[in-house]
Amino acid sequence: MDIKEIIQPENLVYQKPELLNDTPMHYCPGCSHGVVHKLISEVIADMGMADKTVGVSPVGCAVFAYKYIDIDWEEAAHGRAPALATAIKRLWPDRMVFTYQGDGDLACIGTAETIHALNRGENITIIFINNAIYGMTGGQMAPTTLLGMKTATCPYGRDPKLHGYPLKIADIAAQLEGTCYVTRQSVHTVAAINKAKKAIRKAFEYNMAGKGSCLVEMVSTCNSGWKLSPVKANKWMEENMFPFYHIGDLKDINQ
Amino acid sequence: MADQEITLMKGNEAIAHAAIRCGCDGYFGYPITPQSEVLETLAEQKPWETTGMVVLQAESETSSINMVYGGAGCGKKVMTSSSSPGISLMQEGLSYMAGCEIPCLVVNVSRGGPGLGTIQPSQADYFQSCKGGGHGDYHLIVLAPSSVQETADFVDLAFELAFKYRNPAMILSDGVIGQMMEKVVLPPFKPRRTEEQILKECPWAATGRPKTRKPNVITSLELDPAKMEEINIRIQKKYAEIQEKEVRFEEYMLEDAEYAICAFGSAARIAKKAIEDARKEGIKVGLLRPITLWPFPYKEIDKLSNKVKGILSLEINAGQMVEDIRLAVNGRIPVNHYGRLGGIIPAPDEVVAELKKMMK
Ligand SMILES: Cc1ncc(C[n+]2csc(CCOP(=O)(O)OP(=O)(O)O)c2C)c(N)n1
Ligand code: SF4
Ligand SMILES: [Mg+2]
Repeated sequence: MDIKEIIQPENLVYQKPELLNDTPMHYCPGCSHGVVHKLISEVIADMGMADKTVGVSPVGCAVFAYKYIDIDWEEAAHGRAPALATAIKRLWPDRMVFTYQGDGDLACIGTAETIHALNRGENITIIFINNAIYGMTGGQMAPTTLLGMKTATCPYGRDPKLHGYPLKIADIAAQLEGTCYVTRQSVHTVAAINKAKKAIRKAFEYNMAGKGSCLVEMVSTCNSGWKLSPVKANKWMEENMFPFYHIGDLKDINQ
Repeated sequence: MADQEITLMKGNEAIAHAAIRCGCDGYFGYPITPQSEVLETLAEQKPWETTGMVVLQAESETSSINMVYGGAGCGKKVMTSSSSPGISLMQEGLSYMAGCEIPCLVVNVSRGGPGLGTIQPSQADYFQSCKGGGHGDYHLIVLAPSSVQETADFVDLAFELAFKYRNPAMILSDGVIGQMMEKVVLPPFKPRRTEEQILKECPWAATGRPKTRKPNVITSLELDPAKMEEINIRIQKKYAEIQEKEVRFEEYMLEDAEYAICAFGSAARIAKKAIEDARKEGIKVGLLRPITLWPFPYKEIDKLSNKVKGILSLEINAGQMVEDIRLAVNGRIPVNHYGRLGGIIPAPDEVVAELKKMMK
């Protein structure tokens, strides 16, 4: 068979998304960030919304998200992305606006901005990368760090007497009147990736239909912070993160 | 003409009306005395039904300024207002916006500090407004109105300067100007810019990327020190240009003056009364009122120091602007400071007494 016969659209099984550019990503091997970037790029392109989308990047490992996805971006201060997104969406109501935030950014320093944007029912989507750690600054404890989990600032394991309890932001978000879709996904298997992509698409579509705020939490790995190889990190996530951060929809006003 | 109508209103109300009239796209704010009337007036006026202006009460001043950041980054004419403690919370956002080089207007109807301080007027935020306030090498363009009329006029002017130089601008008012009712002619109505106009005027804005251009990214981050230095040098050049072109000040009775008072905002009004009183006693004194606090009129004060025997800096604080006056004067003549603290407003007779002290 001639190679030209093989290179046909109907035989295509995988393609780099057109919005994901060729800039080498700085993410560690096995990190969930890169996969989620790919999904966002695909969804925006699938929806034909590249010229109408504005992303807001966080302070955290994804601070350079704007270098990888070829759309317009604003880079927020640590935790403030939902405030920026609120204004962008209100001032350009026909635009598709999302934030991309880590657990330190969203569930700690930016908790107020997050809760209030969701509670106001801003028509934005918050993509929330929950890796239970501060990846960028070298693996310190996050509000989402599991009990007993060791980090640079709780080297003997997270102790609730000293550090309090892990925060389930998605559970809080689901209680808010302003949210229309709150889901918890992951990207550690092909099946999970496909579901996660559908979740992002649904969230963006709800926003464009004016239904309210969406939170798509991605339970994620941080290989460097967890000090585990990509395979071991995925296994650790399934065994330790999923029992606490249950995967699935927490709220969908259309269900 | 209806537009030319004289009305009586507070400085804070004038800010709200001027914002609507100058085609402002969005206001984001959080209540604090003595400036809450700005948001209250906007809520009452409902500009979202007339001009389409967005008005939103945020969850904090941190959030207000970051909403302004988001709005400025997508090319819109956006503003916030607050008073001293709230402005302190905004410093992070202001530094980011100066770093991103995006325009906005922030109004500080300042009150006495430090800390929660007092709700009474003060000019103790001069340093914070003019010397950076947040982190990094940056400046705000700072306008200091001394009447309700100027407050109204400066809203449009501040936006104009902010967009011209792509830098945050501040109106530094205080509890006196904000709360005082005075006659004012509101500026004429200017329509909000259309989508097309914004895209044309702000080709840098993050508004959604058509295939015809590269992505627009609003960011202050650059990890390569060589590039970061270049960015800083470019920003400093812009500041030098602003200092060259945008200094604004008022001179009052300086022609024959042997002594000068320097004062801004509400203190300048007290200074004028003190000058009248002093002149009745034969003291030849005039006023130089900086209208832009940054850029500061260094050259004009330098010139003045060759003409007068001494300068009194009248400020409602412990002595802040006096440092800039001394820099300009460079030791040639005595420069004294007089001010009251904690929300007390200096009286004209105190100022005259202070002038006499300097003359001895
Ligand atoms: C005001 C402020 N405080 C602290 C920091 C330092 N800092 C940068 S990223 C970060 C935590 C990021 O963690 P997370 O949001 O979980 O993102 P991840 O890197 O794990 O994806 C911190 C504390 C900062 N940049 N700004
Ligand atoms: S430090 Fe963690 S979150 Fe950051 S890129 Fe590496 S694996 Fe990903
Ligand atoms: Mg994290």
